[in-house]
Amino acid sequence: MTQLYEEIQEVRKLYPPNARSAVLPALRLAQERYGWLSREALEEVADALELTPAYCLSVASFYDMFHLEPVGKHLVEVCTNVCCGLVNAQAVFEAFQAELGIGPGETTEDGEITLRAVECLGACSTPTAVAVDRRYRQSVTPDDVVKIVAELRGV
Amino acid sequence: MSETLVLAGAELSPLRDIAAYREAGGYKQLERARAMTPQAVTEELIESNLRGRGGAFFPMGRKASFIPSPDKVAKPIYLTVNADESEPGTFKDREIMLRVPHRLIEGCLIAAHAIQSKHVYIYIRGEYLAEYEVLEAARKQAVEAGLMDGVQIVIHRGAGAYICGEETGLLESLEGKRGQPRSKPPFPAISGLYASPTLINNVETITTVPKILEVGPEEYSKIGAPPDSTGTRVFCLSGNVKRPGAYELPHGITVRHLVEEIGGGVPDGRTLKAVMMGGSSFPVMTPNDLDTPLDANSLSTKGYFIGSGVVTVIDDRTCIVQFALRVAQFYQHESCGKCTPCRVGTRWLTQLLTAAEAGTATEQDFDLTLDVCDRIIGKCLCVLGDSAAMPVASCVTKFRDEFRAHLEHGGCPFGADSSLNNLFAPVDQHAHSEVHV
Repeated sequence: MTQLYEEIQEVRKLYPPNARSAVLPALRLAQERYGWLSREALEEVADALELTPAYCLSVASFYDMFHLEPVGKHLVEVCTNVCCGLVNAQAVFEAFQAELGIGPGETTEDGEITLRAVECLGACSTPTAVAVDRRYRQSVTPDDVVKIVAELRGV
Repeated sequence: MSETLVLAGAELSPLRDIAAYREAGGYKQLERARAMTPQAVTEELIESNLRGRGGAFFPMGRKASFIPSPDKVAKPIYLTVNADESEPGTFKDREIMLRVPHRLIEGCLIAAHAIQSKHVYIYIRGEYLAEYEVLEAARKQAVEAGLMDGVQIVIHRGAGAYICGEETGLLESLEGKRGQPRSKPPFPAISGLYASPTLINNVETITTVPKILEVGPEEYSKIGAPPDSTGTRVFCLSGNVKRPGAYELPHGITVRHLVEEIGGGVPDGRTLKAVMMGGSSFPVMTPNDLDTPLDANSLSTKGYFIGSGVVTVIDDRTCIVQFALRVAQFYQHESCGKCTPCRVGTRWLTQLLTAAEAGTATEQDFDLTLDVCDRIIGKCLCVLGDSAAMPVASCVTKFRDEFRAHLEHGGCPFGADSSLNNLFAPVDQHAHSEVHV
């Protein structure tokens, strides 16, 4: 049995015996391990949950945070909803695109960084909100972008 | 300014440690509640007239009273806390979880006692990683302190879907499915999580519970704007305002007071054009209504909603067509696809508003936009479609001249001066085939 299998069995204990509730946590564990949800990863999750890969894919495809294609080692997600937008979100998002040389949803050629626009992150009083590898950076301005990218590149 | 309740003790710095929380009187109300009968606790909640802070404003005590007693059903009873805060402009639950996580845990345990439940699930949005960590640490501390009394609290993380903030979408998601809302009835109180009786409440609602017991329901019901809008609210002030933030204030202060006195007004010598009132799901407020008190009744007489306590200021350089478009794009992205009017209608709204912004729409297209809104509202299983239609319709109706100016100008008269100009929307990020509808 793989380590992922064991981890998923632990999570299943938090829910009633016949529930499918562990699907989301299991998919998250798989994604944390492999970076994205490949067909093999979905099969492993399905095995551990006694479900089909098709069911797991159907669930995974509903949620924004699951990657059904490979993504970069680092993930930069810029809130471009209205509250951040009213302050400077578009300028911040464009600064990331320029600095990384990629467009929305794309990954740098070296496979290091994926850039995405996301809907409201719930940090509206500190625009622009940017989630860098799931950790929030708040009150980000276009001037901060070079530093954030350098940090991710380990420069 | 009145005292804080929900955020009490954490106004300046977070109150995360259980020892500090107990020193400030924390978990005393849990002890008191457990010495009372479940019915007596529910009675206090009813008397306080605490209403849901997630947006629906339903009386919390009454909802709890709908849960059958365990001897009448052969199934477990569940308490589910909605921490899937995703309504644009809303960040109060995040602040609450970061600042007073133990008050939320205490509220869960009191509410669980009131409905005689041993199973609590807190569904927290997947993006809230730091918040999850803080809350999970608090939960563990409460377990170690022996406070659970046989109750199990599980913090369940979502994975990025606005619709899972809708209560039945949340239940579906918690059951390990796509988060598509259910048809109601049956209501969750009868058949909710795993087809069992389930009480679902928002984070802020549950976190208010210990304070209601502390000050007493009678005193609590005098705070704010009784009889309907009792107590305080953690208002979410954002947008073009000098001092944005989460401010806990009693219901009944005016929008103007919050924006101008508390928030310091609009920066850069600009003026206020509109307010995104309650959240992005509701009609926008025009400046002539700024003196409306922030309570449900006062707002509803003028066609507004208190929603999740959002007040987002939109200044005069902002193009309202761009605003309406970005809102429509959000709902198009978040529509679960179950009901046709919402799935197709939100796409139509985006197309119509894109044309309006480009100046290629006609006067008839503005009427068509309103017609599409009409054909969405009230015609779906949940309110996501309505939530797209209401703000869009309000923009077209209240700012028709500005829409018309685009037509006359052959494009956007604000252009790059508007902060929302060309604002990218995630709905355009995914490769999807062009569907001509």
